[in-house]
Order: sequence, then C-alpha cells, then structure tokens
Amino acid sequence: MSIGGELMRGPERHGRFGEFGGRFVPESLVPACEELEAGFESAWADPAFRGRLDDLLGHYGGRPTPVTECGRLSELLGIRLLLKREDLAHTGSHKLNNVIGQALLAERMGKRRLIAETGAGQHGVAAATAAALLGLECLVYMGAVDVERQGLNVFRMELLGAEVRTVQSGSRTLKDAINEALRDWVATVETTHYCIGSVMGPHPYPYIVRELQRIIGDEARAQCHELLGGSDPDVVVACVGGGSNAAGTFAGFVDTGARLVGVEAAGGAAMTNGVPGVVHGMRSRFLQDEDGQILEACSVSAGLDYPGVGPEHAYLGAVGRAEYPSAEDSEVLAAFRLLAETEGIIPALEPAHALAWVVREAGKSIPKGSAVLMTLSGRGDKDVALVRKLTQ
Amino acid sequence: MVRGVLEKALRDRRDAGRKLLVPYVTGGLGRDWLEVVRAVGAAGADAIEIGIPFSDPVMDGPVIQRASAEALNSGATPSGIIAALARADAGVPLVVMTYYNIVFRAGHRRMARTLAEAGVSGAIVPDLPIDELNGWGDEASSAGVETVLLVAPTTPRSRLKAICARSRGFVYGVGVMGVTGERASLSATALKVATVCKEETDIPVLIGVGISSPEQAREVIAVADGVVVGSALVHRLLEGAGPEGAAAFVAELRAAIDA
Ligand SMILES: Cc1ncc(COP(=O)(O)O)c(C=O)c1O
Repeated sequence: MSIGGELMRGPERHGRFGEFGGRFVPESLVPACEELEAGFESAWADPAFRGRLDDLLGHYGGRPTPVTECGRLSELLGIRLLLKREDLAHTGSHKLNNVIGQALLAERMGKRRLIAETGAGQHGVAAATAAALLGLECLVYMGAVDVERQGLNVFRMELLGAEVRTVQSGSRTLKDAINEALRDWVATVETTHYCIGSVMGPHPYPYIVRELQRIIGDEARAQCHELLGGSDPDVVVACVGGGSNAAGTFAGFVDTGARLVGVEAAGGAAMTNGVPGVVHGMRSRFLQDEDGQILEACSVSAGLDYPGVGPEHAYLGAVGRAEYPSAEDSEVLAAFRLLAETEGIIPALEPAHALAWVVREAGKSIPKGSAVLMTLSGRGDKDVALVRKLTQ
Repeated sequence: MVRGVLEKALRDRRDAGRKLLVPYVTGGLGRDWLEVVRAVGAAGADAIEIGIPFSDPVMDGPVIQRASAEALNSGATPSGIIAALARADAGVPLVVMTYYNIVFRAGHRRMARTLAEAGVSGAIVPDLPIDELNGWGDEASSAGVETVLLVAPTTPRSRLKAICARSRGFVYGVGVMGVTGERASLSATALKVATVCKEETDIPVLIGVGISSPEQAREVIAVADGVVVGSALVHRLLEGAGPEGAAAFVAELRAAIDA
C-alpha cells in the first residue's frame, strides 16, 4: 500500500475508522443520523450544491486563504516555516468552512433551526454567522467557564442574532456544551440540525466535517508546491481539539511522504493520556478514570479543552500515519508572543500549540532546513485579554 | 428460546392481568439507596431499574443529571453499586441502566458476568442502539443478562420490528422525543409508540420517559403493558423522601394502574 493510499477517504461500514468511530446514539437520533448521511452524500455529489458552497466560501468567506512563508521566524528556527492562514478567513478561523457547508445542508434538508456547541466561541460565532447569512434560527450552547473566559465571543454571537445558552452542568466547558446540544437535539431532531463543530460525534459527522475542512489541505498542497518548487513539505502540523483543522489539513497531505503532526493541549491530551472509550456518539480516545467516568480537560485554550479527540485521529495514531504530541500552557504562551513579535501575526491560542511544538522540535526531531507547513487555524483577537491577564 | 428471569417474571404477571410498574432509582444516591430499592420492591414494583451513574448522561434531564452527580460526588462506583445489588434482596428482578462507556471500560464479558453474579437480570444501555449491539449483546445473553432495547417515536416501522425481535426482558418504548424528566401532561407520542410496539411483539411493552404522575401512568397502560417511572421518583428522593417517601409514591402509582 502506498503511504496513506487508503487513508482519509470514506469511512468504512457503519462509519468506522478501523475500530474507532461508529454511531452510539440514543435510538431517537438514529433516523436523523441516517437522514443526514444520505443528505450529505446527495449534496456532496451535486455540482449545484458544491458550486454554491465554493461561491460562498470564496466571495463571502475570503477563500482561498494564503500560505505565508515566515522570514524572521524561519531564520530563528533554522527551518522553512509556512503558515496556512485560516486566521484570515471570515470570522477569523477555519470554523467557517464547516458551518457554511452544514448550514447549506440543513437548508437543503428543510431544517431551519441550527444548534451548536462551542468552546472558545469560534465555532459558535461561525455557526451564528452562517445562520444569519441563510436566515436560519441559531442556538449555541456554551459552558459557563467558557462564557466567562471568552465573553467577547458571546456578545459577537448575540450581535449575529443567535441565542447563547450557558451550560452549568458537569465541568461547564466544551464537553458539557456538547451534552446539552445532544439533549436539545433528542427533543427537536425533526426540525433542527445539530451543527457540530469538529470531526467528532456519531457517524456521519466526523466524515462530513473532515470533507468540509479538506479545503484547507487541498489549497495548501497546491500553494506549497508553488512555494517549494513542486515539492511537498517535510512536516505538516496543526493543533487538535476535536481535530477538524488538523483533519482538513492532513487530508491534503496524507498521500505524501510528509510527517503529519497533531498537537494537543497537555491538559486535554486524549491521544497521549486517553484510552479507548465511547462518548458523544463515537468510539475514540478519552481522558477517563478506571470506571469509565470522563475526566475534565484543563487548558489555557478553551478550544482545546476537550477530553476526547475525533475518531479518525485515534485511527491515524493507531496505524502510525500521524503523531500526536502535546504542548504545555507555558510553551504555548511563549509561542503566542513569538509569532506576534517576529511575524506580526497574533495567533489564537489553539494554533499557538502547534507552533509551540515546532519551536520545541526545530533542530531536533525537525531537521534544520526542513519545510514545515503549519495551519494557523485562527487569529488571536479573542485571546488577547486572557493572555494579558495571564502574563501581567 | 429460553426466556430470561426478567422477561418471564414480567410476562407471567402481565398474562395474569396485571399492569407492570418499573420504578427507577439512581444507584448510590444517598446512604440509604439500597433501603430505597427494598422499599420500592415491597411497595408494588414488578421490577426495579437501577441507574449506574455516568459523568455525561446525555439521555437524562436535570433531575437524573443531578442525582447522578450527587451519587458520583459521594463516591459511588459501578462496582460498588453492583456489589450492593447482590445484597438487595428486593423480591423482584433488577435491571441496571447505564451508559455504554461504563460497560465498554469494564469490558463486555467482565461487566456481563459481574451483573449476573450479583443477581441482576437485565441491562438498559440507551446510547447503544441495535446497530452497535454486537459484542455486548452476545456477552450479556450468554451470561444470562437480558438487554432491553429502546424504541423511539422516530423509529421507522421496519427498524422497530428488528428492535422488538432483539429486545430481551421487555421493550422500552420512549414516550416522548426528549430526555428523561417530568412533563406536565402525557405526550401523544407515548400512546402511539405503545400501540405500534404492541402490534409488533408479544414481549411486554413498557413506556418510560416523561411518565410523571399516577394519572399519566394510568393513561399509558390503556395501551402499554406497563410504565417506567424515573425522574418523578428521583426528584422526591433528592428532596429527602427516603425509603418511606419512595414507597408511598410507588404505592400511589400502583394503586392508579391497578384501579
Ligand atoms: C482557532 C481554533 N483552532 C482550533 C480549534 C480546535 O478545533 P479543531 O481541533 O476541531 O480544529 C478551535 C476551537 O474552538 C479554534 O477556535
């Protein structure tokens, strides 16, 4: 088998990626998942749907996003660092790619109400944006802890006409917002589309979200060829919360020789510290105790504060095609500043994890002179106040 | 096919003309939870559903969420609850209700055997639909644990047929589109679900989720073989009803469905 020849295409039967994935949902939701699966297959094969999506992503969303070759930082690290600039997409992150697609799909399936979960608020903002654009109703669930630390994004969602519902149960972060969204969906599934924010949840979500995000990797592949004289990068790296920007990025490079690296937050490192489990509709890796109770993730970045990971990453890790190290809060804050000071780009804290790993490994496991493509999944505006507080 | 203890007990009672009552108690909720189980058994339950609390109960509304969190905070564990059930001596079959991660983490075979050894007759795993039943379903059956499957208001007829055919113990008809919790009135879907299940199967059909009062229980058993009552009882336990209060409420439900 050529490297990755079979990887990151359709999932296998029952939405499996090897032993991971699947559809572990209450019976009430099974018909909706089946409907969504069929709805996506037909939409994805329909040139009119694809045309409308591409048009919106281009003329509304600002795609294609550029790849920027870092000058000063590359020199400092002794590598060629290329950034895929999802921070420049409308709403400031890669999340728009997914929600425009899902909102169009919801519209096509006759569902005029969207619900979403959000951690950092970026997916919530993106969902609220897509809902405003298409005239859909939108309700976003957000943990109380995240409402507190990402207050500006709450107001953004409200400005966009969405309702934000604060979740007080459990650890009051992303995992609990997902629980609440699932509970809503169990009651409203006939009129509501659950617009999930990452490559997770029951089949077909991990597959749909990866397909909607693969535009990151497909664009970047061509852009790298141009910058690297026809070659692929040696290393491709992205941060991993649920894993959507990483999955979208990897999808463009899985069949190359590039080393694929997904960087988790040390406090939410499901790939390093998690074990197989079944939560939120999917079999994957989760931080959990010996009884199977899910543990709280703990990270400076709300968007990576999730105790699990998308099932396809669990699979790519298991078969050895991708690796999933983690980064500590302190290295992340340093990397955040470094990018601002050397390149004039303030990143979101999530992709600052990917950069922290690059900084740590440059000249070590990343040989000098390597070409490294890193997805800069979002801009740092939302995190500026927090970083100020943490570093003063 | 050999019928399990749970199904046989429920069938015998139903065939004798009795309507079935299955109260739900959160395992590990309060120090006297095992006393609650016994009291409920003595007050007219035909079987008892014991919740093994999970950190992320997506099929549960606020009442059972709170009960689960309280039980976990006071140190409840799956193995501790199951071990306690071995001493329950409730006089009626016991069925555990938990989420699949608890079962998966323990291991299918180990969980099935532990339940069987504790004298637990059945298991309800609401996030394990029939399509994903492989593995657990077979291990449970061979250990003699009956896996009760759920039918929802959205379940298409062909799927419903398959679920009724594979369900053991009884068929759990979900009465409303939504999570567990009390409702002011009986949802129209409850009777619809009961009706279609009764058309498809001879195994006992019980309706649960959203059955909150003796009146609602009475309405449902016009069609269904019985009811599962969860949040309405747990809510009383959270307010300190204790074994006596729980028994009084179960007796009220019993009287309503026997009337
Ligand atoms: C900018 C940014 N990057 C990454 C993530 C993590 O999500 P994922 O792993 O799905 O890309 C988030 C989540 O909120 C985010 O806002």
